[in-house]
Amino acid sequence: MATSATTPQMARPQGRASFLSRAFSADSLARVVAFSAATCILVITALLVYELWSHSAISRAQFGLKFLHTSTWDPVHDDFGALPFIYGTVMTAFLGLLIAVPFGVGAAIFLAELAPPKLSDAMTFLIELLAAVPSVIFGLIGILVLVPLLSKVVPPIRDAFQGHPPVFFSGSFIGVSILSAGVVLSVMVAPYIISVSREVLLAVPRDLREAALALGATRWETTWQVVVPFARRGIMGSVFLALARALGETMAVTMVVGNTPRISASILAPGDSMASVIASQFSEAIGNLYPSALIELGLVLFGITIILNGAARLLIIATGGNAAK
Amino acid sequence: MNLSFHRKAVNAVMLCLTGVCTAVAVGLLFFILGYLFVQGGFSLNLDFFTKLPAPVGEMGGGMANALIGSAKVLLLATCIGVPIGFLAGIYLAEYAGGAYASIIRFVTDLLNGVPSIIIGIFVYTMVIANGGGFSTYAGGLALSIMMIPIALRSTEEFLRSVPGSLREGAMALGATKSRTIASVVVPAAIRGLISGMMLNLARVAGETAPLLFTAYGNQFWSPGWKQPTATLPAMVYAYAVSPYPDWHRQAWAAGFVLLTMVLLINVTARTIVSSGFSHKQK
Repeated sequence: MATSATTPQMARPQGRASFLSRAFSADSLARVVAFSAATCILVITALLVYELWSHSAISRAQFGLKFLHTSTWDPVHDDFGALPFIYGTVMTAFLGLLIAVPFGVGAAIFLAELAPPKLSDAMTFLIELLAAVPSVIFGLIGILVLVPLLSKVVPPIRDAFQGHPPVFFSGSFIGVSILSAGVVLSVMVAPYIISVSREVLLAVPRDLREAALALGATRWETTWQVVVPFARRGIMGSVFLALARALGETMAVTMVVGNTPRISASILAPGDSMASVIASQFSEAIGNLYPSALIELGLVLFGITIILNGAARLLIIATGGNAAK
Repeated sequence: MNLSFHRKAVNAVMLCLTGVCTAVAVGLLFFILGYLFVQGGFSLNLDFFTKLPAPVGEMGGGMANALIGSAKVLLLATCIGVPIGFLAGIYLAEYAGGAYASIIRFVTDLLNGVPSIIIGIFVYTMVIANGGGFSTYAGGLALSIMMIPIALRSTEEFLRSVPGSLREGAMALGATKSRTIASVVVPAAIRGLISGMMLNLARVAGETAPLLFTAYGNQFWSPGWKQPTATLPAMVYAYAVSPYPDWHRQAWAAGFVLLTMVLLINVTARTIVSSGFSHKQK
């Protein structure tokens, strides 16, 4: 081996065995390299979980479960409760989905069922480009365009209730709010819902549509009563994916949500989310407990998104299997 | 008759509504592009590309340091993230099978779904809290962790689309497995692989959250790899939330440059795939 490596001419006459042994070692080397790269991913993920766990230890020891259900966030007195951020995260994501799901599913139905294939492909291309727009750009447009716009549009609507607006739509409005964050999030997650739902709808067997149409159903009845129910788990999966993204979204929310750790019943009030409080406070967090509490928030967020992502994938796989039959 | 009219009306109205939904979604893209194009285009000038940011209170200045900073961070992220993801993708597509491959696939999806801000915290606790300091390399490391799962998935997908007969042909000619992969399988999928890496780059190029506590930011040039550096997305953030109109103008310019870069890479990558690869993808 050693001689064949240093003087290749000498190796030739030795023939087959040497060639094979060299080939074997290069081959197994390639395998080992590829294997270690794959293992690298396991190591990184394990390290990530370990780092989040160990660096939040101080906060977990100090607050325990109280961290999750108290609502004081007071860095000065080292008292931390995550409830305002959990509330803000859930509310902004919920609002985002409330707007994005009907629009997204509607657009997916149009693209999968009605539009001619060429138009559908072109539109899908554009919508996937919308998904590629960086979140900080959404934040930029959110804070410099949407927030001023909403502060013109929303107060008249609120006042139209003549002093008795519903509690979730009352109070003063300064532009940055849970509502603004929800609107920005809806634009950001809609492309995901559209492109995944479209795929799922396209995978529904043609026979089903033809059978429904042959029975005299209109185009809409076919779509709504036959095709959509068949694909419902996949559509749910796309909604879960969108939800996971909305919960973890940082920059765009940070820029328009108002960064106020407070729980208000009204969506017109400013709030804060888990990801955005980390983004806005982590670099100025001093001491031991403060950063640790922020990292624990990260751990909670990590756990939630992992569960949602897993559920979304299972749902999409389940529908895929269903459609393949 | 009455019922039939009702059904026809519902049909027409609902179908129109789905069309409206699509039009709104596509319209939003054009609105964003148009708005950035107008606002950013007018704000853009030569200073933007050649000068350092002006101190607070002074007009003018540019973001030359952020452009270079972004380029360095992305270069580093690509050099670390793409090879690891690529090799791991080869392992999954060509070597692995069974439980270990499923575990890796699952963990990759998991890592891909982690909010980017958490990657930022991770690199902070690993590098900066251990005395590394805010730096270009920490930023590159954070983005590379985001690139690995995407690189792995796209590599695996495109290698799997290479027909098995090519592998068998190469093997039958006496090529070893690694030789088959390097000389036959990878070249056959090269268009897809390159476009996958471009899409990957486009995705992390706009990431801001992981850079906030890794690359941090800098008003000046950042020589070498060990100092905090300004990056384009972080500048868009910092300037957009500032109270100064002149900074807003520059945020538009920076956002315009960033979005143009990201979309150009994106469209190019998609064109590469659809032009030469369609016979394998379909």
